[in-house]
This record gives sequence, structure tokens and C-alpha cells, in this order.
Amino acid sequence: MMYCRMFLGTILLLLSVTTGIFFWADRQVATQAQSLTSARREMVRQLQLTDLAIWTEARYSRHPSQADLFTPFQEFPGALEHFPAGSLLAPPSFNLNTQLKVALRAGGKS
Amino acid sequence: MKRHLKILEHALSSLRRRTGKSLAIIVVYAFTIAVLASVLFLTHALRTEANLLLTAAPDLIVQRQIAGRHELVPYQYAETIRQLPGVANVQPRLWGYYYDALTKANYTLMGVDQGLPAEWPLIEGRMPEDIAECAVGAGVAAVRGLRLDDDLALIDSSNIGRIFTVTGIFQPESSLLANDLVVMTTEELRDFFGFADGQATDLAVRIYNPREIDVIARKIKRELPETRPITRSEIVRTYDAVFNWRSGMLLTVFASALVAFCILAWDKATGLSAEERREIGILKAIGWDTADILLLKFWEGVAVALTAFLLGLVGALVHVFLLGAPLLSAVIKGWSVIFPDFELTPYLDLYQVCILAFLTITPYVVSTVIPSWKAAVTDPDSVMRM
Repeated sequence: MMYCRMFLGTILLLLSVTTGIFFWADRQVATQAQSLTSARREMVRQLQLTDLAIWTEARYSRHPSQADLFTPFQEFPGALEHFPAGSLLAPPSFNLNTQLKVALRAGGKS
Repeated sequence: MKRHLKILEHALSSLRRRTGKSLAIIVVYAFTIAVLASVLFLTHALRTEANLLLTAAPDLIVQRQIAGRHELVPYQYAETIRQLPGVANVQPRLWGYYYDALTKANYTLMGVDQGLPAEWPLIEGRMPEDIAECAVGAGVAAVRGLRLDDDLALIDSSNIGRIFTVTGIFQPESSLLANDLVVMTTEELRDFFGFADGQATDLAVRIYNPREIDVIARKIKRELPETRPITRSEIVRTYDAVFNWRSGMLLTVFASALVAFCILAWDKATGLSAEERREIGILKAIGWDTADILLLKFWEGVAVALTAFLLGLVGALVHVFLLGAPLLSAVIKGWSVIFPDFELTPYLDLYQVCILAFLTITPYVVSTVIPSWKAAVTDPDSVMRM
């Protein structure tokens, strides 16, 4: 019964890990519902936001709910990409190679 | 019970004899399940998050459209809407887009009234209160290397550079909402974009009774025919469509994983290896029933499928909720230079997990048992000779 014990032990271990993650998720949801989610909701209310800031490449993807649906050349708001090429080509990296900091000295010269 | 345990032991020792093949199947099977589950978990968490957060969005957004294009709204429209019974408040919103040639990123510039509270829980520093001040999202701060009290230079509509002092940075926890935002006072934004006085980008309308939202939207459309009222339920429905597992690239990922799983199941269902056939023949020859052999193959299938399912499930949970879905976000990122890290609240749906378990474990077990049944009902001598 060696293999049987090993198998049941593995399954029990995996089940415990899964259950643990589910309990952790449940606690996260409960605690975040009080703190983070309410803070985020307050932000939506105060700034009168209408959309999530996920896709910033086009106005219809930045604000899918506000896209002018009747306009020709606008895609369906559920579409994620206008051109298939976007799926293959990566966007430019945003890491700046050089950063200059300019500050005033005491004498007023920079 | 003891009989089942003994047959399971035999099934496991049989799998042990084919360690390489069994491990390969478990790895591929677990990976396929991890991909399927990741897509389901990510879309469900994003959809739930959007539903929860956007219920605080304005009841109605009123846009003006001319020749099918979005136009600025005159303040008089706000007055007209305010007169409608049931309308609690109408607030003009001033916002727009800005392409930053330096970082090749798009920002959303938003004007806020000075009456807002200065300190918020999700902002480091404070909101802008004066001209030449701004608060930026974590994404903007990252691409421009900004810290509190740094200067942010932007080019206005007259092609003149303007310097804003960063008074606040939205914390990464708010990235899902404010990653690309640059917030400044309404007057400053009006000046920056060159908006004419008395005009706004759109109007945010609050309504006393949520059940009257659709009626008031129809009234606004009747009073001001060139407007387009967007109700909050339409906003939420849009996100339901956007984060549906059937949409766009996620469907591609989901479909690829599903096809991979079908190939795996098909390969199992279409036949047994010569070694497996011989094993069944020997078992029949030494007196095992067809029912015993089917039970053996059933436990063999369950052992592989259950192990792979649980491994895949744990992999998907870790990938989406602990690591922020790095593999999927690379797929759905598109051309967004500024893209938020997914720090998602782990909303899980047990129903989805059960459906996934049923749809992935059952076909595999069935496709393990059926070819064995075909071999088990054949004469052991001819099975061993095949």
C-alpha cells in the first residue's frame, strides 16, 4: 500500500493547499471589502470615474463605456485590439535611458 | 473499500512502471488546466472588481454628439437637466487625453473642483488645490520617474511647456482606476487644453431614485436630442462584455488550451499502447473480471486527472492572485505603454471551479476507461497477440 499512501498524501497536500488559498482569498475579500474596496469606491465617487484604467492605447479602450459607438471606424467596445499586429508587436518600453534633474542653487543659478 | 484501495495500489504501481509517460501526461494536463483556470479566474476577478467599483460611478453621464462625434457640452445643458424632476445634481466634468511624446504614453488629464477633500486614503501626498499643481497615477509616476514635489512638464494646447508640481501620487493599490491619471484643478485644465468658458467634456448626473435613471435618461434625450445619456448599468454591462471569458485574446488563449486538452483526451481515447494491451490480457488470463479491469483503469484515470487538476488549479491561483497574472497580462496588454499591475482582490467562484473540474476530469477518465473496456471484453489470448 506504499503507492496508495503516497498518492493519498499528495492529493491531501494539494487539497489542503487549494483549501488554504480559498480561505486566504475569502479573508482577503472580507478585509479588502472594508478597506481597499471602499477606498477605491470613494475614489470613483469623488473623481466621478466611469472606467478602469487598463488599456491606454486608444480612447475606446481607455474608456470603453464612453466610446462613441455610433461613429464609423470605432470598434465594438468589447474588442481588445484594433489591429492584429498589436498582438504580435510589443509596445515601446517606457524606461527612460537618461534623466536630468535641474535644481536651483542658493545663489539663484541653476 | 479495501478492494478499491488494492486496485488503486495496483493502478498506481502500473503508472509507476510508465513513470516518464505518466509524468509527461500530468505536466501537460496540469499546464492546460492552469491556463484554462487562469483565464477564468482573471476575467472573473476583473469583472467582479469592475462591478463593485463602478456602482459608485455617476448615475448618468451625458455626452453631446454632433455628426456622430463626441463634442463639448455647454453648461446650459446642465441647467436644463437640473430642472428635470428627480435629478439631484448635475456636475460638468472636464477631462481629456494627452499624448506624451517623451514616453510615447497616453495620459488621461482630469480636472477636479477645489471642494474635494485634500487627503485621501489611496494617495501619497494631497490632491492639487492651486494652479501649477497636479496629482499623478502610479503608472505616470513610474514612466516619468516622479516623486512627491517633483516637477512634471507637459505641453499645452498652445504648444507651450508647462511645469506642474506633483503634490500627490496615487498609490499602486489604486492603479486599476488611476494608473494613467494626471489630476489638476478644473481651471488649470481648462487653460491647459484651451477649453472655451462655459463648456465641459460631459455632464455627470446624480439621480435621487435609482429606479428613475432610465426614465430620466429618456427625458434628457427628448429635451436635448443631440445628447447621448449613458446610464451606470450600461457602464457595468460594458465591463461584463469586456471581461467575459469569450472576448478577444482571452478566447484565443482559452481555445488553445481547450484544443490542447481535447488532443490529449483524444489521444487517450483512440487506443492503448501495446504494453497496456498486454497488461490487460495478462490480468484477464490470471482471472481478473472485466469489471475489475475497468475499475483499475478508472482509478488510473482518476489518479492522473485529479493530480493534474489540483496541480493546475494551485498553479492558476498562484499565477493570477499571488503573481498578478504576468503571463496573461503580457497577452492582453496590447499597445498600452502604461499598463497597471494586476493587484486583484481574489474573488473566486466555486461554481466555476466545479464546472472546470467536471469538464476536465470526466472526459479524461472516460477516455481512459472506454478503450480499456474494448480490450477487456476481447479474448485475453488475442489481446496479448495484438
